[in-house]
Amino acid sequence: MSEPLETLFEGEEMELSFGPQHPSTHGVLRVMLKLDGEKILDAKPIIGYLHRGTEKLFEKEPFPQCIPHTDRLDYVAAATNNQGFVVAMEKLLGITIPPRAAYIRMILAELQRISSHLLWLATHAIDLGAITPFFYTFREREEILDLFESYCGARLTLNTMKIGGVPFDLPDGWTATCSDYINRLPAHIAEYETLLTGNRIWKKRTIGVGVISGEEAIEWGLTGPPLRGSGVRWDIRKVFPYDRYNEVDFEIPIGNNGDTYDRYLVRMEEMRQSARIVRQCLDRLPDGPVMAKVPKVIRATEGMVYGSVEAPKGELGYFIVATEKATEPYRCHVRPPSFINLQALPDMVRGRLVPDLVAVIGTLDIVLGEIDR
Amino acid sequence: MTEDNGTHTPGDGSTKPDQPVEPGSVSPEEREKPAQPAPAADAEDARAKAIAAAKLAAAAKAKAAEESEPKPPWEEKPVPPEHEEAADDPDVAAVAEAFDGAVTTSDRFAGDPTLVVPRGRVEEICRHLKNQRGFAFLVDLTAIDWPGREEGRFDIVYWMHRFEDSKRLRLRTVAAEDEGVPTVSGVWKTANWMEREVYDMFGVIFEGHPNLERILTWEGFNGHPLRKDFPVEGIDTGAAIYPDVYPPGGGPILDGEGEEAAE
Repeated sequence: MSEPLETLFEGEEMELSFGPQHPSTHGVLRVMLKLDGEKILDAKPIIGYLHRGTEKLFEKEPFPQCIPHTDRLDYVAAATNNQGFVVAMEKLLGITIPPRAAYIRMILAELQRISSHLLWLATHAIDLGAITPFFYTFREREEILDLFESYCGARLTLNTMKIGGVPFDLPDGWTATCSDYINRLPAHIAEYETLLTGNRIWKKRTIGVGVISGEEAIEWGLTGPPLRGSGVRWDIRKVFPYDRYNEVDFEIPIGNNGDTYDRYLVRMEEMRQSARIVRQCLDRLPDGPVMAKVPKVIRATEGMVYGSVEAPKGELGYFIVATEKATEPYRCHVRPPSFINLQALPDMVRGRLVPDLVAVIGTLDIVLGEIDR
Repeated sequence: MTEDNGTHTPGDGSTKPDQPVEPGSVSPEEREKPAQPAPAADAEDARAKAIAAAKLAAAAKAKAAEESEPKPPWEEKPVPPEHEEAADDPDVAAVAEAFDGAVTTSDRFAGDPTLVVPRGRVEEICRHLKNQRGFAFLVDLTAIDWPGREEGRFDIVYWMHRFEDSKRLRLRTVAAEDEGVPTVSGVWKTANWMEREVYDMFGVIFEGHPNLERILTWEGFNGHPLRKDFPVEGIDTGAAIYPDVYPPGGGPILDGEGEEAAE
């Protein structure tokens, strides 16, 4: 150590590897940072640590057996993943599902959206130093998982939709439990808001952080709450209604400034709107079968289709290519919202401080299972 | 089942004309056909006739009910969508007009128009679609591998969206294994990672891409996992773990070459 310490900080720039084991990267995301002091000059996300070759596996499975693989993409929102796949398959096969099946699907998908947003709120708030909301949101999320468990037996990897409908009818008493939960939920959401919305620390950490304009958001292909937070009123449930979303009434909340705080408000409002959709579905739940008439062995016609749903993270699309009379997809590509949304990260954090990076990763609401597939 | 080649197996479900048939499968008319009616069967015969008439009436009634009240679509056999010509689509027509002879085929399947364009003109056509036709949003970009296909091994598929009228359009181009495709990352920023993924998974080179690196597998990985000739079990990538046993670069080990060396 002949050199004195002065040379240690001589360089203006420093490289820092943030993750893949950092708790606030929500999994195995690694961000290579170029720093000047604590200011971020550049950031480069490095992904692929969780790559399992799901798209390759799809090519070897008969169509119905692809559905369990979709559970493992966005593993905190399995129902919407299932829904994306079956909606695309029904488009390919020309199946119309019975109304009761569509309503059950919508109930499950909206409960899943609420549960995903509750998890997002818990982890996002913890990342920014607010530990308390975690305990409350997990209390409410637990009840949703219980509802899923009593419906299909699983809590996380639900595998709860089939090509042509849903596997089971709702068990006895399920609608009453669900209805009771949905009645209580808005009060709980108001509870979280008292903890955060007006909180001065929360505002300082989120307002003006990770700003992205509407034009830039479209250019980067953002979907879901990150796009709506920037003021673009766009939701697949309204634009290309699948299942029976055209029959229910709900609003699409949007933000004005495209910052972390607006995206937070958008997601809070989305939970209320989801509760509203579940309420309507429970009230109007039609009678009838829960499965359409689908052949035992599903054989596709030659062609390529793209079917998409509004997942909690954004537009989740499945691009399926089938050959004539094939029983498995020739190619099945997943358009994961998190993968595309994460791409905008460097633009959103450039020139900001390292703690803001944590806020932006949280506000993008990424799930690495979906990014790496 | 459609052709009778005289090789009936017991389990194939077909009915030979000379075999006795189950009573349940005989229609009422056939039941009345017997050539020699039993002498004392007049009363029986009359009863059978009455039953047959009642059955016929019931069937007719059911049919009428069916016609007046069509079955809901989920009880019918699903009708798969069909391929149609999409040249009448305004956007397809506009591209065909602006780029003379560029649109080789167009097709509409399940409501979505697809146009096939030559590989070299992808970038200018995309720029035209974005700037002149309003397709501001690239939803998806991916590839399909067709090994051994004559016109080229890979299909590159672009899937874009227009906000004004919520219209979606698919662009497809064909590239052989050694041919590059012009990048569209200059047209839509979001294409950057999508093209990197296609490069990683299929080995398609995007010419002019600012940063064409692997994205889901690691640098130095040998092979492109979504090609059809890549084994689904994976490959031996022991190179990084046992550098003295496996050659640098890793990759598929032919006929257990590496295992022998390990022993």
